[in-house]
Amino acid sequence: MTDASWEVLSNQALAAAGVVYFLALLCHLVEWAALLGKDKQRAAAPELVAAGQAGPDTVAADSTEGGTTEATGSGPDLDHRRAFFGRLGLLLTIVATCCHGVSLVGRGMAADPNRVPWGNMYEFTVAGTFVLSVAYLALYRKFKLAWLAPLVLIFNLACLMIAVIWLYDPVAPLTEALNSYWLVIHVVSAVIATGAFSLAGLLSIVYLLKLRKPGATTGLLAHVPSTDVLERTSYRIHAFAFPVWTFAVLITGPIWAHEAWSRYWNWDPKEVWAFITWVVYAGYLHARATGGWRGRNAAWISLIGLASLWYSFIGVNFFNDASQHSYAGSLPAPTTAVVQTVDQPLAPAPTANL
Amino acid sequence: MTSPETDTGPETTPGTGRETEPAGSADSGGKQRKPRRAGELNAVEFARWGWRQLTSMRTALVLLLLLALAAVPGSIVPQEGVDSLKTSNWQDAHPKLTPIYERLGLFDVYSSPWFAAIYLLLMVSLIGCILPRTKVYWKALRAQPPAAPRHLDRLPASTSYTTDESPEEVLARARTLLKGKRYRLRRTGAGAGAGVDGADAVSAERGYLREAGNLLFHVSIIVVLVGFAMGSLFGYKGGVIVVAGQGFSNIGQQYDEFQPGSLFDEDSMEPFSFTIDDFDVNWIMDGPRAGMAQKFVSHISYTEEPGAEEKTYDLQVNHPLQIGDTELFLIGHGYAPVLTVRDGEGNITYSGPTIFLPEDESFMSFGVVKAPYAEPEGIGMRGLFFPWYMMTDEGDPTTLMGDDRNPLVSLNVWKGDLNLESGPQSVYVLDTSKADQLMGEDDVPYRMDLQVGDTKQLPDGLGSVTFEGVQPWNKLQISQTPGKELALGGVILALIGLLGSLFIRPRRVWVRARRTEEGTLVEVASLDRSGGGDPDVLVARLVTELAPEGTGAAEPRGSTEPAEPAQPENPDNPENPEKKS
Ligand code: HEM
Repeated sequence: MTDASWEVLSNQALAAAGVVYFLALLCHLVEWAALLGKDKQRAAAPELVAAGQAGPDTVAADSTEGGTTEATGSGPDLDHRRAFFGRLGLLLTIVATCCHGVSLVGRGMAADPNRVPWGNMYEFTVAGTFVLSVAYLALYRKFKLAWLAPLVLIFNLACLMIAVIWLYDPVAPLTEALNSYWLVIHVVSAVIATGAFSLAGLLSIVYLLKLRKPGATTGLLAHVPSTDVLERTSYRIHAFAFPVWTFAVLITGPIWAHEAWSRYWNWDPKEVWAFITWVVYAGYLHARATGGWRGRNAAWISLIGLASLWYSFIGVNFFNDASQHSYAGSLPAPTTAVVQTVDQPLAPAPTANL
Repeated sequence: MTSPETDTGPETTPGTGRETEPAGSADSGGKQRKPRRAGELNAVEFARWGWRQLTSMRTALVLLLLLALAAVPGSIVPQEGVDSLKTSNWQDAHPKLTPIYERLGLFDVYSSPWFAAIYLLLMVSLIGCILPRTKVYWKALRAQPPAAPRHLDRLPASTSYTTDESPEEVLARARTLLKGKRYRLRRTGAGAGAGVDGADAVSAERGYLREAGNLLFHVSIIVVLVGFAMGSLFGYKGGVIVVAGQGFSNIGQQYDEFQPGSLFDEDSMEPFSFTIDDFDVNWIMDGPRAGMAQKFVSHISYTEEPGAEEKTYDLQVNHPLQIGDTELFLIGHGYAPVLTVRDGEGNITYSGPTIFLPEDESFMSFGVVKAPYAEPEGIGMRGLFFPWYMMTDEGDPTTLMGDDRNPLVSLNVWKGDLNLESGPQSVYVLDTSKADQLMGEDDVPYRMDLQVGDTKQLPDGLGSVTFEGVQPWNKLQISQTPGKELALGGVILALIGLLGSLFIRPRRVWVRARRTEEGTLVEVASLDRSGGGDPDVLVARLVTELAPEGTGAAEPRGSTEPAEPAQPENPDNPENPEKKS
C-alpha cells in the first residue's frame, strides 16, 4: 500500500468509527429508554416498587433485577429489549473501537518514515479517545461500567468531531525535536493518562449528580451505581492515571526536553499546565484523605484537574502562542522583531512535542 | 492507628482543630484540658499550635491548591526567563501595567518571593508530616495486628455462616489461608488479651508497605527539589554560535551568553575544545512539510583536554554530546554569508563569515556588517539573507525555502561614525545614530543585492563588497547541571513510592469461630484501610475459600451491600491495642 492509500484508509476508518460509535450510542439510548419505561411500569404497579428497590444500584445491563418486574405484562418485553440493545451497543462499540484502532495504524503507516501516530494534536486526540474506548471496554466487566456507555460514547464522538473539524492535519513527517523514541514513551503515557483521567472525570460528574438524589428509585440516576461505588471507582481510575501522568510529565518529559532542547524544565506554558494538572490531582488524592474534603469536594477538585488537563493539552496550543510545545501544525510566530542579542530561539522552531 | 480515611497523619488528628475550640465542647478529650481560648496560649503552646496547623493535612491540601493557582500567571504573563524578547515586547506594549507587574514579580513568577513562600511552606509542612509519620510507622511495623473487636458484625463488611466443623479446625484453616495470602497474623495465647483474641479468633493484617511507599514518595519530593536546587546553584548554562569550519574552547570568554549559578565555580569548567567540521541538513522538498529542515547533523571533532586524543561525534537534536560533566546540545542553525569589504583605498577592512540570524522558518535571516575603520569613512551595513531567493514583481527578493541553493544578500548601507566608543555593542545591532544612510534614486534607501561571486562598488567611492560564499553555523548550548542524577533518581523513587502508596491496599481481616447450638458459627469481617478497596468482595471471597465444599452452607449473613460508606470510620473498638493516643 502506498502512503497515500494508508492515509485514505485512516480517514475512512475514522469516519466509519464515528458512524458506528453513533449507532452504538443510539442502541444505548434505546436501552435506557426501555429502562426508564420499566420505571414507569413500576410506578404504575406500586406493589412492585418495594421489590424493585432491592437493586436500584445494579447495573443497567445486569439483569439481576429482571425478575422483579416479570409480573407485569410488558415487563419481560422491555427487559428483553433492554438487554438486546445493551448487548448490541456493546458489540458496536467494540467494532467502532477496532475501526478507531485501524485509523491510528493507518496514520502511522502513512507517514514516511513510518512512525507512531501521535505527532500532532489531531493524532493525539484520536489516540486519546481510542485509549478511553479501550479503557472503557477493558474495565467494562471489572467495574461494571455498562451504565457509563452513553457518556463515553458522547464524549468520544464530541472529541472526534473536534479533531476532524478543527484539528485535522495531513500526515507529515515529524519535526526534528519530535523525532525521538521519547515520543513513543512520553506521549503514549500522556495519552493513556489523559484517557484514564477523562474516564475518571466522567465518573466524578455522575457521582456529583447522584449525590443530589442518592436514593432516587426512578429516573436516569436510579440506574447508575451507588455514590460509594461511583466514588471508589473514580478514585481507582484516578489512582491508576496519576502515576502514569507523573511518569509522562515529571520523568520522561524532562528527560526528553533535556535531550531535545537542552533543559529539563523551563516553565514553558505547556509545562506549567502539566504541572498545575499534576498538583491539582495530588490535591484530589489528599482531599480524599482529609476529613471534610472527601466525597463532594474531592470530586470537584478532580474536575478542576480534568479542566486543567484538557487546557494543558488543547488550550495551551491555542491561547499560549509562546509555547515551544505547540505542534508543528501551529508554528510559533516568527520572531519578526529585530534580534537584539543572540539569546533568542534561533532554530526556526517547528520544534515541538507535547 | 485509625483508618487512613479519617486518620490524616499523627499530627493531624482531629485534635488539631480542637485546640481553638472553647472549652466544654462535646468532645471528651477537651474536658480534661483546662479551659482556654486561643488568646491565652503561651508562646510555646502557640508555636506548637502553629506547627500543628502547618503540618496538618488540610493545610497541605490548601497549600497544594495554592501552588497550582500561583503557577497560573506564569503561563499568561510572558516570563523573562522563558522568552525575554516576548517579555520586553509585552512590556513596551503595556507601559501602565508593567511597573505594577514588575513589583508583583509577575515577569518571573517561578522565582518570585510569593511563589517561593508557598512551596517553602509546603516543604516545611511536608517535613513536619514525614517525621512523625515515620515514627508512627516504625512502631506500627513491629506491632501486632489488632485483636478482633467483640462485635465483628458491627463492622461494615462482615458476614457469617454456620458449619459442622469444630472452631479449632476452622481457625486453623483460616490461619493457613491467611498466611498463604501473606497476611501477618496476631500471635495467640499468652500475649493476647484473654477472651478478646484468645482461642476463638484469628486477626490478620497486610499491606504494611503502603505507608512505606507513601513516606518514600514524600521524601523523594524533597530529594528532587534538592537535586534541582543543586543544578541551578552549582551549574551553568551557556550558548555560543559557531560557524562551520571554526572551533571553540571551553572558557567563559568564548561564550556569547553565559549564565552561571550563584555558587558556580569557574574551575569546574572542563578544558575541552571542538571544531565543527561540517554540517548537513536535509530539506523536505514536497508534501505538507515542504521546506522543513530535517535530520540536521553537526560533524564535530573534539578533544577532552589539551593534548588529548581527538575524537569525532555527530551532534544532532535529541543526541547531545557529553564530555565529562558537561553536555553539548545542538539547538539551532543558520547561515553566515562570507563577505569581504574593501574600503575606498582598496584595503580589505572586513572579511569573513558573518552570522545572520533566521527570522522565520524560511531562513530569511537578518545580519549586520560593521567596518568602522574603513577609509575614508566607516561603513555599516544591515540587511537580509535569502537562501533560495526569487524576485517578486515589485523587485524585492523573497525566499522559496531554507535550502541555500540560490543565495542572495540584500543590504542597506550607512557611512560615517558607527558609535563604537559609546560602549559595548551587540554584533547584531548597527548603531546608526551618528551615521548617514546612503540613498538611491527617488529618495529610497540605497540597496545592494549580491549573489555568490558578485562584487559591487559602493556609491560615493566608499569601496566595494564581495559575496564570497555561504557557511552554515550552529548554535550550541553548553551546560553543566550537577544534581540532575539526584533529581532523576528522586522522581523515579517518588514514582515507585507512589505506586506502593496507591496500589497496596492495607486491610485487616478477622475470623471468629464459636460453638453455638446449631453448630459452629464462623464470623468473618474485614476493614479496608486504603480507601480504594472493596472489603465486601474480600469477605465474600474469604468465605468461599474458608467454607469447605459440602459442609454447612456458606450463607452470607449481614451486609454485603453496606448501607454505610464502604470505607468505615474507625470502628472505635476499645480493645484495639494499637489505637494511638
Ligand atoms: C509537595 C507536595 C505534595 C505532593 C505532590 C503530595 C502528593 C501526595 C500523593 C500523590 C499522595 C497519595 C496518595 C494516596 O492516596 O495514598 C499523598 C498522600 C499523602 N500525603 Fe502528600 N503530597 C504533598 C505534600 C504533603 C504534605 C505537606 C503532607 C503533610 C501534611 C502530606 C501528607 C500526606 C499523607 C498523610 C498522605 C497519605 C494519605 C493516605 O494515607 O491516603 N503530603 N500525597
